Amino acid sequence: MIPLRNAFGKYLVEIAENRKDFFVLDADVAGGTCTHWFRERYPERFVECGIAEQNMFGVAAGLSTVGIIPIVTTYGVFASMRAIEQARNAIAYPSFNVKIVASHPGIDVGPDGATHQAVEDLGIYRTIPNFVVLSPADEIELKKCVDFMLDYKGPVYMRTGRSPVPDVHASGYDFALGLPDVLRKGKEIAVFTTGITTHRALPIVEEYNTWLVNVPTLKPINGKAFGKILQQVKIAITIEDHNVYNGLGSAVADVIAEQVIGVRLVKLGIKDDFGKSGDPLELAEMYGIGPEAIEGVVRKCLKE
Amino acid sequence: MELAGIARNIRKLLLLSIYHAGSGHPGGSLSIVELLAYLYFKEMCIDDLDDPNRDRFVLSKGHACPALYAVLSMKGFIEERELWKLRHTGALLQGHPEVGIPGIEAASGSLGQGFSAALGMALGGKRLTMSFRVYTILGDGECNEGEVWEGAMFGVYHHLDNMVAIVDYNGLQSDDRCDNVTALGDVASKWKVFGWNVIEIDGHDFDDIESAFTSAREAKGTPTCIVAHTIKGKGVSFMEDKPEWHGSRGLTDEELELALKEIDVG
Repeated sequence: MIPLRNAFGKYLVEIAENRKDFFVLDADVAGGTCTHWFRERYPERFVECGIAEQNMFGVAAGLSTVGIIPIVTTYGVFASMRAIEQARNAIAYPSFNVKIVASHPGIDVGPDGATHQAVEDLGIYRTIPNFVVLSPADEIELKKCVDFMLDYKGPVYMRTGRSPVPDVHASGYDFALGLPDVLRKGKEIAVFTTGITTHRALPIVEEYNTWLVNVPTLKPINGKAFGKILQQVKIAITIEDHNVYNGLGSAVADVIAEQVIGVRLVKLGIKDDFGKSGDPLELAEMYGIGPEAIEGVVRKCLKE
Repeated sequence: MELAGIARNIRKLLLLSIYHAGSGHPGGSLSIVELLAYLYFKEMCIDDLDDPNRDRFVLSKGHACPALYAVLSMKGFIEERELWKLRHTGALLQGHPEVGIPGIEAASGSLGQGFSAALGMALGGKRLTMSFRVYTILGDGECNEGEVWEGAMFGVYHHLDNMVAIVDYNGLQSDDRCDNVTALGDVASKWKVFGWNVIEIDGHDFDDIESAFTSAREAKGTPTCIVAHTIKGKGVSFMEDKPEWHGSRGLTDEELELALKEIDVG
């Protein structure tokens, strides 16, 4: 079990010796995003920007033009809202090779409360042209996403996470951009998850023999591959620590509608609401994306 | 061509391009003409756009791009005929600078953002021990943006002495005089307080411009801010210091003819 922000921070240090092409930018939250380990080991490749995210994103755009790959790190709320116009105009519009990695996604942030819980970030970045949007589920997938993002030429937004998560993948796992990651095949019901919701759903899908489809790429979506799965089930359940608008549920809904697939869609997520302070797991139950809530929905769907 | 002749030519080309576009920003384009002429024809090493060590220029006040496009055509980076299609559907030259137009290093015009990108270029140059210098022009109205002051702190903190920010201090912004819009006040003292090496000049005087850029090269450990006192609409009597020539209006045939005549007489 490891929080994805810790896994991210450690992995940056691990690969930095062999990959000298990236810098890390921080807006005075290195302890929160876990880039402080990188700062200690590689100060010459670390850029402190102060609590000034808009300038940080612009600086990243400029850095990318001299052949450096900037990894910009901050909390999801600031990455997707405070500095979003810089992400759009200064980074995405010229398609600069900038990577934005945001910790503190969703209500999983917990005690800090709504101001620091990004429940809109995936939807916001999905609507900006040129951005690839990633949300890994465990340490193994996160490392693959980091490798991908550094090799990929163009802007990428990636979520990490705050609560510890177990590995749901075997060590041989390979990430493929845009493709659904089928962790389990089942009957009648397909459960689609991303990020923290994947491991929470795992024991439930095993008990009730449903599909479990982890979705590490929120954009682009390979409609053909998703359609193939959706055609084999009667009900699709999407679970995301994000607003039910414009995130995973909407991406799956697009596939269903575009391909006219006869499947019912149940979207679990934050129902167009703000989060609150509290324990992450208790909040997850309160907002209907915790294990008990998921199990209740799966059971109800199976009865129908 | 000497600098005054270059400046005259830039003015003519930019007005013609705005005339053909039917809209643009003549006032703020005319105020930076001498600065651009000096930068591109005297100060910067920028003849080879593929040279990683070329000096970088970012027009942070991107709405003044008709002036920059005119310069890029005079440098041979873009064809002159592209100027006559400025802002047209399917044309190369966008209403605000777009990466992909030869010679444009960053997307700018959303105010504050070009400045930050220029800071990033300067930081990259320092960290990679490259010798190029970075120049950017901001508007005085642009200094309303919080991002500018975020960047001002950043540039000093990172000792970006390979960077020169020029503030086009023409005293007018989009709607009105700067001080009628918000309390911009003495912009030079603000940059000084933030720790920049501030030099105040007449932004239309080539001797002043030359001495400012020369002393900017001598500043060690600190970025330089040149506050250039300019006249919005400079060179065209009916546009000078008139807020209504900021943008979104084109020129009539008569206005164009009169403007070109005035520029010729100088």
